[in-house]
Amino acid sequence: MCDFLFSSFTQTVEHGFPNQPSALAYDPKLQLMAIGTKSGAIKIYGAPGVEMTGLHKDTAAVTQIHFLYGQGRILSLLDDNTIHLWEIVQRENRSHLVEVHSFNLPGRPGIESTSATRVTVMLLKLSCDLLALGTEGGGVHFLELVLFFFKTLGHLQYIPEEYKCGKSLGPVESLQQHPQDSDKILIGYSRGLVVLWDLNSRHVDNLFLGKQQLESLVWERSGNSFVSSHSDGGYMVWAVSSSNPCTHDPISSTIPYGPFPCKAVNKILWRTTESGSPLVLFSGGMPRASYGDRHCLTILQDSSHVTLDFTSRVIDFFTIHCTDKDKEFDDPSALVVLLEEELVVIDLQMAGWPTVPAPYLAPLHSSAITCSCHISNVPPKLWERVISAGQQQCPLQNYENWPLCGGKNLAADPKPKELLLTGHEDGTVRFWDASGVSLKPLYKLSTANIFQTDGDHNDSLTQAGEEEWPPFRKVGCFDPYSDDPRLAIQKISVCKYSGKLVVAGTAGQVIVLVLSDEKSDHMIDVATVDLLQDREGFTWKGHDRLPPKSGSVVFAPGFQPVVLVQCMPPAAVTAVTLHAEWNLIAFGTSHGFGLFDYHRRSPVLARCTLHPNDSLAMEGPLSRVKSLKKSLRQSFRRIRKSRVSGKKRVQEANAQLAEHDAEVTPVQRRIEPRSADDSLSGVVRCLCFADTFLRDGTHHGPTMWAGTNSGSVYAYALDVPSQEKFSEQSVEALLGKEIQLMHRAPVVSIAVLDGRGNPLPEPYEVSRDLAKAPDMQGSHSVLIVSEEQFKVFMLPKVSAKTKFKLTAHEGCRVRKVALSNFTSVSSEEYSENALVCLTNLGDIHVFSVPALRPQVRYDCIRKEDISGIASCVFTKTGQGFYLISPSEYERFSLSARVITEPLCRVDVERPHDLSLQQIRYLIFNILYQGDFTVGGATQAIS
Amino acid sequence: MNKNHRVPSNRTLNAVEVKSKFGAEFRRFSLERSKPGRFDEFYGLLQHVHRIPNVDLLVGYADVHGDLLPINNDDNYHKAISMAAPLLRLFLQRKEEADYSAFGTDTVTRKKTPAALAAVKKPPIIISLPKDFRPVSSIIDVDILPETHRRVRLYKHGQEKPLGFYIRDGSSVRVTPQGLEKVPGIFISRMVPGGLAESTGLLAVNDEVLEVNGIEVSGKSLDQVTDMMIANSHNLIITVKPANQRNNVVRNSGGGATSGSSGRSSDSSTSFYGYSTPGLMAMTPSHIIQNYEPDEESEEEEDLVIEADRGAKLILQAGARATASTSMPALPRYEPHLDLRTSNGTMASSASAGSLNAHKGLEGRSLEEDGTVITL
Repeated sequence: MCDFLFSSFTQTVEHGFPNQPSALAYDPKLQLMAIGTKSGAIKIYGAPGVEMTGLHKDTAAVTQIHFLYGQGRILSLLDDNTIHLWEIVQRENRSHLVEVHSFNLPGRPGIESTSATRVTVMLLKLSCDLLALGTEGGGVHFLELVLFFFKTLGHLQYIPEEYKCGKSLGPVESLQQHPQDSDKILIGYSRGLVVLWDLNSRHVDNLFLGKQQLESLVWERSGNSFVSSHSDGGYMVWAVSSSNPCTHDPISSTIPYGPFPCKAVNKILWRTTESGSPLVLFSGGMPRASYGDRHCLTILQDSSHVTLDFTSRVIDFFTIHCTDKDKEFDDPSALVVLLEEELVVIDLQMAGWPTVPAPYLAPLHSSAITCSCHISNVPPKLWERVISAGQQQCPLQNYENWPLCGGKNLAADPKPKELLLTGHEDGTVRFWDASGVSLKPLYKLSTANIFQTDGDHNDSLTQAGEEEWPPFRKVGCFDPYSDDPRLAIQKISVCKYSGKLVVAGTAGQVIVLVLSDEKSDHMIDVATVDLLQDREGFTWKGHDRLPPKSGSVVFAPGFQPVVLVQCMPPAAVTAVTLHAEWNLIAFGTSHGFGLFDYHRRSPVLARCTLHPNDSLAMEGPLSRVKSLKKSLRQSFRRIRKSRVSGKKRVQEANAQLAEHDAEVTPVQRRIEPRSADDSLSGVVRCLCFADTFLRDGTHHGPTMWAGTNSGSVYAYALDVPSQEKFSEQSVEALLGKEIQLMHRAPVVSIAVLDGRGNPLPEPYEVSRDLAKAPDMQGSHSVLIVSEEQFKVFMLPKVSAKTKFKLTAHEGCRVRKVALSNFTSVSSEEYSENALVCLTNLGDIHVFSVPALRPQVRYDCIRKEDISGIASCVFTKTGQGFYLISPSEYERFSLSARVITEPLCRVDVERPHDLSLQQIRYLIFNILYQGDFTVGGATQAIS
Repeated sequence: MNKNHRVPSNRTLNAVEVKSKFGAEFRRFSLERSKPGRFDEFYGLLQHVHRIPNVDLLVGYADVHGDLLPINNDDNYHKAISMAAPLLRLFLQRKEEADYSAFGTDTVTRKKTPAALAAVKKPPIIISLPKDFRPVSSIIDVDILPETHRRVRLYKHGQEKPLGFYIRDGSSVRVTPQGLEKVPGIFISRMVPGGLAESTGLLAVNDEVLEVNGIEVSGKSLDQVTDMMIANSHNLIITVKPANQRNNVVRNSGGGATSGSSGRSSDSSTSFYGYSTPGLMAMTPSHIIQNYEPDEESEEEEDLVIEADRGAKLILQAGARATASTSMPALPRYEPHLDLRTSNGTMASSASAGSLNAHKGLEGRSLEEDGTVITL
């Protein structure tokens, strides 16, 4: 094995919703949207499949981003007061986003204080040659983009004294270019003053002496009026007339959610329509006392009034409307709202303003992800059925009317379909199309409806309790609250050929589901399996099992539950596996494992793995989710955490401090071998079914293997009746072997290899002619992976054949492991199996199978990123996913052949190159001294 | 190396099969596992079955690890019976033929390390037959390591005693071409009283850990080194730079015959010749089988495979294979823990001459660590 199988490790694409978005921009010419994040990333999205990502060198939050319309260039402002220029460049016939220049904003000459020159707003002239920067100190700077000329418009000190009252005007809150006359810009100050400034004559055309604290400004398309929004929850419409240079009062002033005190209207948009009355869109402005905690955006037009009620904070929003200068009206077609946790798009042309499902930026974490499972090479039949089930849930699932359509997706339609299944805290399993660059939601399965939970009663309450005013409409799917933490999904196992699915959760529930195209109303068979097996002296102190609903339940087409097995004690399920051909499921908890025949609905086996001294297992290992109250508190904490922005930096600083402290008071580690009575030693870590030789070398048959935390492996020989006799004859399980690994490290994975050293095919693969039959002639072997070592034992004697002691050599421990097939780049015919292993240090090792020779090693995840390491899943073709934030999967590839990465092209026209050599920078300091005189300094840097 | 030593497992669990060897004679009988009785009864039984009523015997048995352990009281007798799986192999020796005076003198005349002093308080007293003990630690590779370093091997052997030490991060000073440089290092931070590490006296607080089982720790984090040590805990070899450099082995003080010691680095069969007296050699050569092979494999912990009928089998690896192939008991070899091998060609070819030579060598050196080798 060598280079032609393994690529250099590449992180190819990020799936999901960017963590902590902080800025939004839209280019109407290219029809591209850009999102900036607090970690300094910039992501560009266009048509489905068109994605580009850039990361600033410094991880400062992106506070604003602006497109240079049509040029494929982006200016970003970071909160360290630097401006960065990004360009979409074509490389290898596809587009990339690269940073071409960064610009450190200087303080004003002679003044070192940074706060005064801290940029609050930016305005890019439509002609893209001039950038206006409003600062904290009230100054407005201009940056000429062709040559990066930099001019400063200093403090405005000409304001009528009775208006100023000796106080400063506050920071510049808004800069808006006149829609008709590109030389005029509107400058809005925090205190309420609005100035219309003429760039050419360097004169103030109009003064608008607003008295309310200003939040935002927007022009009306004609340029005859503009709208300002204010901190008191109101907005005002001002008329612009050349005859009156100093306007005191607006045409109209409205506080839509008054008369009681309201929160600020953070941003307002005013869009004219052909049909008559303008469309007003604004965020915030809710009555402080009753709805001050809601995240709302209001759409107003005539009598139509909708208050979109989101579950997370509104970061920014824009409308997609006609920007053609010849047209008379804006006629907005869609509203795009960037929320802290998701992206919501509203169709403004259809009646009722419905939401448009997004083909990307899926909020993976709408409920926290608790586990994931990847299925490669999905059979077309299953694929179609899942899609049709999904379409019945959400009929609007075509992305043809997606309003953002910039760029071209060059990637061919991915042939082998891939599914990613995510299990969530609220008991749902979501099916995602993971075949391509954008992770699209396909289908959502809920397991909560088969249980009686507290959440049941709430539904009726919320519907009835909703008030008429304001006309709230719940939008978006981000919902971090779980009705019951016991519903959380822990493990998923799928048979892709038979459409059977096993889902196991926190309260020991194991649910067998069958894919059905018809609606069904049936009762679920419930069975309880006692995993303690009369072991005495134990009392379970953890949560109760989930009470199943009595009577029949209606299930929509899709995966419908047929059998519910509940483990007793109801500890979280730690391993589950399914063999659809044998109609068997195996499941394990911290107490033992069980085998269940779901065809006959009868338990086959239950085995307790508890060590007599292990008391912790009885307490309930997941006692942290014991109470609903506690989990709610955690949810709140999580939300609060995501709200606080500056906190992250404090934490980082603390972490650095801690590092220094570490030298002063070193931590010490105890060196002691694992002992048999370590706590939680009975936890079942892995289960597997295999048709192999367990009892003797001549007869193979069904077997089941289980591995525990204490390094024990149990192998059972199964007596499975033939297909015809399933109903009459019961399955028998006989203990064949027990292996105790002397190093006692937890067994992470077990796999049986055939005579050629290949992993056994999945159930049905051979009988349906989908895979080569395994070699049953040569002797089989079993690969047992513990946290410390890999070992291959020959079967049926279980004699050690090869091993690799990873921890002894490298000092790292196995976290995730998978057998992957690597196909050669040069020939599709040639492929090899390899053991892919992610360690606790976040690096990936690849070993040959069954020789267990190390092949390559890559750094993958930071070792501090424990949740990232824990979330990693490998595909069967040498790719993998891990969570880089609660809402984003990073996709990576180890294979030289199978790489899923964005392949898109955005064609741009650039009137001139912004070359770095030419950059000259000039400060043109204009100081108005009451009588509008111009003074200042000029400075050039080359 | 993967051959397994398998014992037929179709016996009832209740009976313990005993195979007793005295000289060249074998006796087989069985005992009831649940009712083993007392040691003196058992001793009488042995004398009876071997028909040596008046011979004073040293009774030893091969335990699951293939080591020869003594049976001389009720406790270790019961342990032997309960551990038999299911065969109990006994090895009897005449007490008077076990010549341990030579060991005694060799051991007690050299005592300079604190550990040695602790272990052998009163030199004239013969502390015991060394074969009654299993080695718990040794200093190895003295001939290839710098004198400032010490490579210590701790034998955990599944015994109850904890390894009993802690490690921490720290910084040490290295000499580089650029001058002195401060580099991060791993140090022993604490010893648990009564633990294996403390009782050997070979490791001490603030000793810098340089290698774990041959792998350098530089560049590795504390957690990595912890995991490495735990992964190797059954046979842990730690190379340290002792904080106290006064007790180092002085290598070149020996006589001419030993000064040019070859580069043999680890325990091997030659070391056996170096230590056993000619008398012992002649008397029990066949009993002495390499227990600890130099290569890593033999120290490998053996995974236990239990067949469905509950007969426990061991997957014994290289070391056990040796036992099986010779069908000879494994006597605990007196480990030459200082590795004072003068294993030049002549020595290897002539056992007795070599051992004499070695004794000369031993006497010629200023040895300090001897006491530790038999520390329990």
